[in-house]
Amino acid sequence: MATANKNLDIKVEYLTRVEGHGNIVVNVKNGKVEKCEFHVVETPRLFEGMLRGRSIFEAQHITSRICGICSCGHSLASIQAAEDALGVVPTEQTIKLRKLLLDYEFLDSHILHVYLLAAPDVLGVPSFIPLIKTHNAVVRRALRMKKAVNDVCDILVGRHIHPITAVVGGWTKLPSKKDLDTQIKILEEMAGDMGETLKLAKVLKFPDFHRETEYVALVSDDGEYPLLMGDIGSTDGKRVSKKDYRKSTNEFIDPRSSAKFTKWSRDSLFVGALARFNLNADKLHPKAKAVAKELGLKPVCHNPFMNTVAQVIEIVHCYYHALEILKDLKKNGLDYSQQVTVGANEKGAVPVRAGNGVGSVEVPRGILHHNYETDRAGMIKVANCIIPTNQNVNNIEHDFAKFLPEIITLPKETITLRLEMLVRAYDPCISCSAHYLDVKFVD
Amino acid sequence: MKTEKKSVQIAAKPKVAFFDFASCEGCQLQITNLGEGLLDILGAIDVVEFREAISEKWDKDYDVVLIEGSIGDHHAEERLKKIRARAKVLIAYGACACTGGVNGMKNSFELDEIRASVYGKDYKLFDSTATKAVHQVVKVDYSINGCPIYAPELVEVLKCALRGLPYTVPDNPVCSECKLNENVCMYERGVSCLGPWTKAGCNSWCVNNGNICYGCRGEVKNPAKNANDVISKYNLKPELIKAKFDMYNKCKEADNNGNRK
Repeated sequence: MATANKNLDIKVEYLTRVEGHGNIVVNVKNGKVEKCEFHVVETPRLFEGMLRGRSIFEAQHITSRICGICSCGHSLASIQAAEDALGVVPTEQTIKLRKLLLDYEFLDSHILHVYLLAAPDVLGVPSFIPLIKTHNAVVRRALRMKKAVNDVCDILVGRHIHPITAVVGGWTKLPSKKDLDTQIKILEEMAGDMGETLKLAKVLKFPDFHRETEYVALVSDDGEYPLLMGDIGSTDGKRVSKKDYRKSTNEFIDPRSSAKFTKWSRDSLFVGALARFNLNADKLHPKAKAVAKELGLKPVCHNPFMNTVAQVIEIVHCYYHALEILKDLKKNGLDYSQQVTVGANEKGAVPVRAGNGVGSVEVPRGILHHNYETDRAGMIKVANCIIPTNQNVNNIEHDFAKFLPEIITLPKETITLRLEMLVRAYDPCISCSAHYLDVKFVD
Repeated sequence: MKTEKKSVQIAAKPKVAFFDFASCEGCQLQITNLGEGLLDILGAIDVVEFREAISEKWDKDYDVVLIEGSIGDHHAEERLKKIRARAKVLIAYGACACTGGVNGMKNSFELDEIRASVYGKDYKLFDSTATKAVHQVVKVDYSINGCPIYAPELVEVLKCALRGLPYTVPDNPVCSECKLNENVCMYERGVSCLGPWTKAGCNSWCVNNGNICYGCRGEVKNPAKNANDVISKYNLKPELIKAKFDMYNKCKEADNNGNRK
């Protein structure tokens, strides 16, 4: 196999060629890497264009539809941007419930990712379907956990995919006392499965690969692990307010990829669980800190494969953080007079003004920015959304450039698998990361 | 497996494939949200393509295909036609597939203008056509409306499709379900709602949760009896209602112009 590697053309194409796909293109001549690229080619859905002329009060509903996995994250970024534009300051209770929703979003997404990725990798199969027969208990656990998080989400926000009750101005329905109890009960019943998940995480093995890069995530001055609010910070010592998000993203277009590339202080940047861990590990819930120690993850970690481990740590953090919020709400009670009826704001429940607002929220795959400019009637004039996966594409390519020479002597199949795993580690989105890849070698 | 016993009435496990086009993929996630119930469905069918789960490509015919997403470029249109040619039964699921969904809002703009607004002068690098619902490209046998789909309805339609029974999307307005759920009418709460004109079947999901109906399941043939009264009683501007409806139903204009397969 070593001789075959002297001249090597690898083209990895995602099975799907429709809504969005990523290609890995590798070209090696006489043992020298000539090309090693990761392309994202997506059929443009043009959300930013479609938002123009729509009411700011419709933005959450529409942008939640950008992604079914991250619909709660998009909703929260959208609401934050809209409220910033309108000058609305959310109440403490509203913020608390939004943090709870974000915890659920992380739990749901990370559980799906860790199980769909980790279980098949560890157990040596291409997907979770064969595991239904061979490892029925693991599959049942994954589905059970997913269902549990989905159920608490249903109670809090109407449904997990495209949330209903979280809107500009607050919540259209507040959880009753019974709703709080039910959520606590469902989460507490998950405790056993959480333990089993940690056991699974402990046996995960990852390639030993390191490359220094700039890790970017929300940062704050208080003691809470910042997910919903904060400034934008980096491991290169940068810090800007969310108003200046464009400084941290510096989008540039490369004609071979429909994803816009980003960079900040150096050639590329990394967003996601590992970036958050690297910047804010000291603010994690004590239980999550203990798990980080157990799993041997320390900041600053430069191995992108460890993003999955950072996700496991965040599962623990969000689980306990959510329980704390619920118990706090139960103890102190909710102010039901804060329930809002907004619709298209016909009643003028929310005062409207011309404005420009930014929402920067951590979602499972990294920092997400929404930015809207509105006219005096609250109609959107310009919209801009920068999603985490776009910010990571450039970093993946730079990883490739260092990683490929390190593994060039391995058999083709192993090289392909390692490159695939590297892309998957970024959890670019569930459809990109969790399914098996169609691999083509062209000699 | 006990689930296999349940499916004895079907001679062989039907070959089922899932495909997605322009969409958020939320409807296929709704399927995973069935939890362990998913295993019952997987026990009754043989999933031959599902991009989140299956590695092999299937090169024979499909008994049932489920299509998510709307059609928004030339490649997608060709691909959908090829899938249809190999499928005995085609189910469109989710608003994007059934009505064009939010992707249809693209059609409110001049195509080159909206493309350039997002991608600048290089917009022609990325192919894009006016959004079409699936039935505007190929014949559809079953529809599961809604954004996202309502899981109980998916199970119901799958059962019908596997047994060759008809399924009719409810054509009564959301109000009928909303009343049974004893919600206070959103109009009484001072905001306008698309319930009187929107197909039921979601169990008035959004209104139950204090929000308005956004029309994601498409327009009823015969709006609620009092729909016109609603417009006059609450002094609504018809163009405002239409603008709201465009969020999910812009592609319907092509149907009205005779562009229907």
